[in-house]
Amino acid sequence: MEQNARREFFIRLAQGTALAATGGLIWSALLQQQAKAMPNALRPPGALDEDDFQALCIKCGLCVRDCPYDTLRLSTAGDSVPIGTPYFLPREIPCYMCPDIPCKVACPTGALTPELTDINGARMGLAVIDIENCLSWQGLRCEICHRECPLTDTAITVEHNPRKISKHALFVPIVHSDACTGCGICEKACPTDEAAIRVVAHELVQGKIGDHYRLGWKVDTTITPDFKPYEKSGPLPVAPDASGGLDYLNEGVP
Amino acid sequence: MKTGRGAIRMASNGRPVRPFIMPSTLSGRLGVWRYLILRRITQLTILLLFFGTAHWGWSVAGRPLLSGNLSSSRLLDLVPMADPFAVLQIFLTRHMLQPEVLIGAGIVLVFYALVGGRVWCAWVCPVNMVTDLAGWLRTRLGIRDMFHVNRDIRYSVLALTLVLSFLTGVAAFEWVSPISMFHRELIFGAGLGWTAVLGVFLFDLLVVKHGWCGHLCPLGAFYALVGRFAPVRVGFDAPTCTHCGECARVCPEPQVLNLRQAAEAGMIRSGECTNCGRCIPVCPEGTLQFDLRHRIGAADQSHESKPHQRRLA
Ligand code: SF4
Ligand code: SF4
Ligand code: SF4
Ligand code: SF4
Ligand code: SF4
Repeated sequence: MEQNARREFFIRLAQGTALAATGGLIWSALLQQQAKAMPNALRPPGALDEDDFQALCIKCGLCVRDCPYDTLRLSTAGDSVPIGTPYFLPREIPCYMCPDIPCKVACPTGALTPELTDINGARMGLAVIDIENCLSWQGLRCEICHRECPLTDTAITVEHNPRKISKHALFVPIVHSDACTGCGICEKACPTDEAAIRVVAHELVQGKIGDHYRLGWKVDTTITPDFKPYEKSGPLPVAPDASGGLDYLNEGVP
Repeated sequence: MKTGRGAIRMASNGRPVRPFIMPSTLSGRLGVWRYLILRRITQLTILLLFFGTAHWGWSVAGRPLLSGNLSSSRLLDLVPMADPFAVLQIFLTRHMLQPEVLIGAGIVLVFYALVGGRVWCAWVCPVNMVTDLAGWLRTRLGIRDMFHVNRDIRYSVLALTLVLSFLTGVAAFEWVSPISMFHRELIFGAGLGWTAVLGVFLFDLLVVKHGWCGHLCPLGAFYALVGRFAPVRVGFDAPTCTHCGECARVCPEPQVLNLRQAAEAGMIRSGECTNCGRCIPVCPEGTLQFDLRHRIGAADQSHESKPHQRRLA
């Protein structure tokens, strides 16, 4: 009798555990799949790294409500963005980079970090240019993105490719990752049928050089401790003062 | 009484066992439905306040009325509120939250600890409207349970939610919760969240009666624990009860109407009671009424001298 009861108990325990384990496995698989649903979701300014952001965001939509331009939206079930989290589609409505960052102020959890105090420090994504379809890169004088960019001449510059024989001169926009906030105003403004400049999550477009490469010709490249050709040489050699070089070349030019 | 249906059953307290009879007048019916109507009003008003603030810019003195959603919100841009269960899950992902949401969760927690944890379920949660409808339809259509599910499974789901939040690093229930999906999409625009709610509806309608809210939902289980010692309770006036069983017939959590335990405690003590008030108007003897725990306790003390009488009743 007693033995039966004990056996019954252990069978029940095993059943319960099996049920919980199976349920837990399916459930966590679902979560993993959700979390990785769309690496290219553009998050509001100040959003933490995607993993931390997904953990912290409570999906309240307070940021969405406080955005004066209706830039932000909460993803719904069936969207490709992890469910319930805020994102934006710059081609529809970009982030206009409010100086007071109301979306971040509204966030109660810190998923949009309070540490972001200057909107120019936001890194929502990085604008990339499809040079095969950018009008300026074809030789037309478009440069709309350059004019519209809130950080024009820092985040986007226009470089001049001088005219060569039988080649049109080019004035081409180039984006600089150290300044581009990923606001997407350029993407919104681009006049091509499909935007030739787009904001993309950093992970999807940015490479990484690797620490062992030395760009020796750059003035600020130091010789690091793992590369010591002269063990006891004194201070690093200083490049000769080159200020006179240009003057020398220009000597005699009227 | 000439019922012609044989003898009138007498209860152990010497009173005849009477059935609940739905009044034929409208005012009588409204009286029976009073808590139901009130519950629908609070549920819909809360949703409407969220919706109006989000879409029609409702505000008072320039302050948005009720922004956010049931996961986290702000009343008049002043009082933060947050779903304590969601916050607990995020906490278990080992992330530090900002004070605002912690204070908000605290406010909500204290509120439900006072009025009864599952007051959330019966008076606020929008899914309750759906599952109530399923339950009502099912009784109408006379659908039987497909199989038996233990009502305590919800506590296992609750535990599993917390473990998975810790292991996966995301708030496990928030990412699949039909409740969050439903109210979020009601307020911020619809996606496919309604399919999850439809799933809950069909499960409740066809598979197990009160299957979701009464057996599985970890949020309901969480609030059952929160409301374990809530002052607001359904009081049980034992001497008047004839054990007719009308209350248990309408109760979504009939296991809480254990009349012997209720007689001992003078109230429905289980935190699983949702304080929905369904049982109150259907009791033909007026045995059940909302009351405060400490008053019931005080009444108990005064009865202490003659306990056997109370037992008998
Ligand atoms: S910075 Fe302004 S425009 Fe950009 S998302 Fe935030 S509130 Fe909206
Ligand atoms: S305000 Fe913060 S927690 Fe709420 S949805 Fe936006 S990012 Fe998420
Ligand atoms: S996204 Fe475009 S407009 Fe915005 S900062 Fe970057 S380059 Fe400028
Ligand atoms: S049990 Fe869950 S779904 Fe049902 S009313 Fe309560 S919280 Fe809502
Ligand atoms: S005991 Fe009464 S108040 Fe509590 S859940 Fe049942 S019907 Fe509702």
